[in-house]
Amino acid sequence: MGAAPVHIAGERLMLDPAGVLHWPARRLLCVADLHFEKGSAFAARGRLVPPYDTRETLARLVPVLRRYRPQRIVFLGDSFHDDGGVARLPAADRAVLLHALAGLEAVWVAGNHDPSAPAGLPGISVAEWTEGPLVFRHVPAGRVAGEIAGHLHPKATAPTRAGGVCRACFVTDGRRLLLPAFGAYTGGLDVADMAIAGLFPRGARAFLLGPDRLYSFPLAPRRAAMALGG
Amino acid sequence: MRTLPEPFAGWFAGRGWTPRPHQLALLEAARRGEHVLLLAPTGGGKTLAGFLPSLVDLARSPREGLHTLYVSPLKALAVDIARNLTAPVAEMGLPIRIETRTGDTPANRRARQRETPPQMLLTTPESLTLLLSLPDAPAFFGGLGAIIVDEAHALAGTKRGDQLALCLSRLAVLAPGARRVGLSATVAHPTPLRAWLSPTAQADDVRLVETKGGAAPVFDLQLPEGRLPWGGHMGLASAPEIYRRVADARLTIVFVNTRAQAELVFAALWRLNEAALPIGMHHGSLEIGLRRKVEAAMAEGRLRAVVATASLDLGIDWGDVDQVIQVGAPKGVSRLLQRVGRANHRMDEPSRAVLVPANRFEVVECVAATEAVAAGELDGEPPRPGGLDVLAQHVLAMACSAPFHPDALFAEVTGAGPYAALTRRDFDDVLRFVEDGGYALQAYDRFRKLFRDAEGLVHVRGTAVARQLRMNLGTIVETPLLKVRLRGGGVVGEVEEWFVSTLEPGDCFLFGGQVLKYERIEPAAVIVTRGGEGEPRVPVYAGARMPLTTHLAARVRSILSDPRRWRHLPEPVREWLRLQQVKSELPPRDGLLVETFPRGGKWFLVAYTFEGRLAHQTLGMLVTKRMERMGLAPLGYVGTDYVLCVWSAFEPQDVESLFAEDILGDEMEEWLAESSMLRRTFRSIATIAGLLEKNHPGAEKSGRQMTMNSDLIYDVLRRHQPDHILLRATRAEAAQGLTDVARIATLLARVKGRIRHRVLDRVSPLAVPALIEEGREWVAGGAEDALLAEAASLVEDATDGEDHFAETLADVTETLQVRGTSVARAKARDKRRSRYIRAAPKMVTG
Repeated sequence: MGAAPVHIAGERLMLDPAGVLHWPARRLLCVADLHFEKGSAFAARGRLVPPYDTRETLARLVPVLRRYRPQRIVFLGDSFHDDGGVARLPAADRAVLLHALAGLEAVWVAGNHDPSAPAGLPGISVAEWTEGPLVFRHVPAGRVAGEIAGHLHPKATAPTRAGGVCRACFVTDGRRLLLPAFGAYTGGLDVADMAIAGLFPRGARAFLLGPDRLYSFPLAPRRAAMALGG
Repeated sequence: MRTLPEPFAGWFAGRGWTPRPHQLALLEAARRGEHVLLLAPTGGGKTLAGFLPSLVDLARSPREGLHTLYVSPLKALAVDIARNLTAPVAEMGLPIRIETRTGDTPANRRARQRETPPQMLLTTPESLTLLLSLPDAPAFFGGLGAIIVDEAHALAGTKRGDQLALCLSRLAVLAPGARRVGLSATVAHPTPLRAWLSPTAQADDVRLVETKGGAAPVFDLQLPEGRLPWGGHMGLASAPEIYRRVADARLTIVFVNTRAQAELVFAALWRLNEAALPIGMHHGSLEIGLRRKVEAAMAEGRLRAVVATASLDLGIDWGDVDQVIQVGAPKGVSRLLQRVGRANHRMDEPSRAVLVPANRFEVVECVAATEAVAAGELDGEPPRPGGLDVLAQHVLAMACSAPFHPDALFAEVTGAGPYAALTRRDFDDVLRFVEDGGYALQAYDRFRKLFRDAEGLVHVRGTAVARQLRMNLGTIVETPLLKVRLRGGGVVGEVEEWFVSTLEPGDCFLFGGQVLKYERIEPAAVIVTRGGEGEPRVPVYAGARMPLTTHLAARVRSILSDPRRWRHLPEPVREWLRLQQVKSELPPRDGLLVETFPRGGKWFLVAYTFEGRLAHQTLGMLVTKRMERMGLAPLGYVGTDYVLCVWSAFEPQDVESLFAEDILGDEMEEWLAESSMLRRTFRSIATIAGLLEKNHPGAEKSGRQMTMNSDLIYDVLRRHQPDHILLRATRAEAAQGLTDVARIATLLARVKGRIRHRVLDRVSPLAVPALIEEGREWVAGGAEDALLAEAASLVEDATDGEDHFAETLADVTETLQVRGTSVARAKARDKRRSRYIRAAPKMVTG
């Protein structure tokens, strides 16, 4: 349904409008920046925001898993809002998560928010995950070709005749791919910000998420002097 | 009481004054221990009347401790009145200390005030709440004898008024003997205002003292020399006439409706100012020091004119104003009277005012307003019920002061006028919200802010909670503001953050009467330099414009519908209306005229609803949603104060059902989910209630991960707990506040069965102003994805479907700059500009 193919390092990957990456050849699904238990992290600091973020994020993830039936799921870091998050998972949400992960291999890539392995959840924890020509890491780093990363929560504002429409998006230049943040309480960083634009000195394409398709827009290249600023 | 006691009688006689009847009436009420509401026009010695009983009491029996508390909506007013009171107190040698306490009061003085309170303390609702949240509040306020609420009409019905009413209820518990004195301008609804002030929420417990306004004001209608403009709201076409009148008077206040208009009118006057008359400007975004300078210059008679917004509506007398000019339609009768009252503060002489309508509809509105003034009619809505978000903040503040029992606090709160009808269920839900968030999912037991002891008393948990409360106290939720700082110089004022986000380095804008060039942005400040080239833009501030009041709208309708009442209208307007009679028909007084006509490949629908801008914005959403369902493909709409104009791809049919009452049903629900207005309302409610961090101007931005987007919370909460107390509060507020749903409901009921649909082959004379109105809303929501798809496919066409990211991508996007990205971007920016930002002077004339 509405997924768009891109080729990174010679591999055909599908960008799903739900904000997840599917790699059909490897039956691999990748999702970034879930920030589970962000709500309770705020509550601990005195901001009692609604505690429904984890169940909302799961409610979006479960149908995707059902649809693709992957062998492996790569959580691209910041899966929990903080290292203590996994301990705060409400029992019902934990049960849903365990059920969803049953029968697949979970790979928990460490993020800056959740550097430690999520205790009590199935799967393996890694600093980064390499598979074929692709490397999955949380924070985009030096090696560019075939890098799949999260961390930056990209969003873009597309010009339409009725003014700008702002959405979370994938960003890729054919060498590197940034995933949008998937969590219910995750905001976004504009792709024009140097932290993102600096990663794509020769321009890129943004795929804005819609209910059942992606909307693709080119991003202008940055001048060499400004490149690699991020 | 007929006379004043000494030394007051002597002091009055010494300046040749005699006490006014209402001053004596307030003394008498105080002697009987009655609460009282004084309605008097400006310049009637109102403030002195409020303080006189306290002065007399303290002169007769001097004592230490806080005796009288004065609360004003304006810090500046509190400061000014303290100064004005200090003089007579010193001259009569009274043993009374008078001090102010506002957000600007230095910490050491605040600490000293808590140790040894002055007899008279002048403050604001926010500072009062803060005092009441302290554990020593009972001792501080225990001996209070009188509470004076100034500008009560400006507070009642607002969130600050809700907050103050709750504070008054607490004071009634701490100091049961304290009398309440409300000072107010003349209002349309004195009874609800008395109930608002009353300690029992009953109007009967507050005596009403009313002074009749002196001579009726005299109005002049000033039209521009040339042709009368069809559209626009700035009134710049009349600048030469305004300037001429300024030159003929001693001191003029030129009132305008928005800060943007102030900048433009000010610039226009200075362009004409060959005689270099000292003309100043005053609006709420200018740096406070600059505003004080302008006020001082007025008071000392060093200015000939001040261009001012509502920032000069209230309060202090600044010098001998002999002329008031209102540029743009007044929008409300009470507001017009308040402004006119700024001129000539002697009650026995008529105030003179000049009305300068900016376009044809505004001419009719000005005439309607002067007729209403002549008929002695006022407008304004009675105060609405108190907000639950304010209550949440208050509950936490009270818990910070001392443990309370919920039953006792409920009784206390419902003693406040705005909360008299509060249900126990809502109160309990608010209390639970403050305790642990009030969620159906019991997840935050560990993070509770309040806990209950064995006796059922509610305590606050930990000092961090109180600290957090004090950081976020208050009910004014500002859109994020940035200071405007001259490079290597001082701060000149503030603009909204989103406005800055539309600027690029080198762009220039009009601010504080000068053209500033945007250089760069620093944390919490915009760095600018003077000068710059190109057409400057003008910052516009959210929610800046007042909508037309219901009352005035009804008068406008009745004038338009009845040619016999056109005799006060100038000839170009009469001609315009006669043309309308021929080409279409006049809008009826009680029914609704709807015109449809084709133009430029689209179909237009213009409805002459006259319900004000806010109501029309909401109505536009609802009508376009219904049109979407009917397959009419609505493309966009614009709401002026007078009409709603919608354009669509197909010819509108069945107009009756577009304005049927049931659009408030299904379409309303759908709209609630997406409405950006509802989202704004929720953001403000969540902030006041303490769910979200308040924006602290100037404070360092916390990291990206630290902030929480209120839109995301709104979406999640709507899905998982739609009846949460904050969503209930949001819907309740939407029904009356920002979206004026109540007004729409009344309209739809009124016009039912009386809709006149005219199918025209071209635009009608009355429809022209709507078609050239700026600030159009596009149909968003469902259409958003269609628009994205369209834009994406346009770009696709431009790139020949290039969709692989080979090494050539950079070249592809490079060539795209002309046809794709950058052009589209620039266009998008222009769109944004046209929605919010007016290009500097550009008049559409007929």
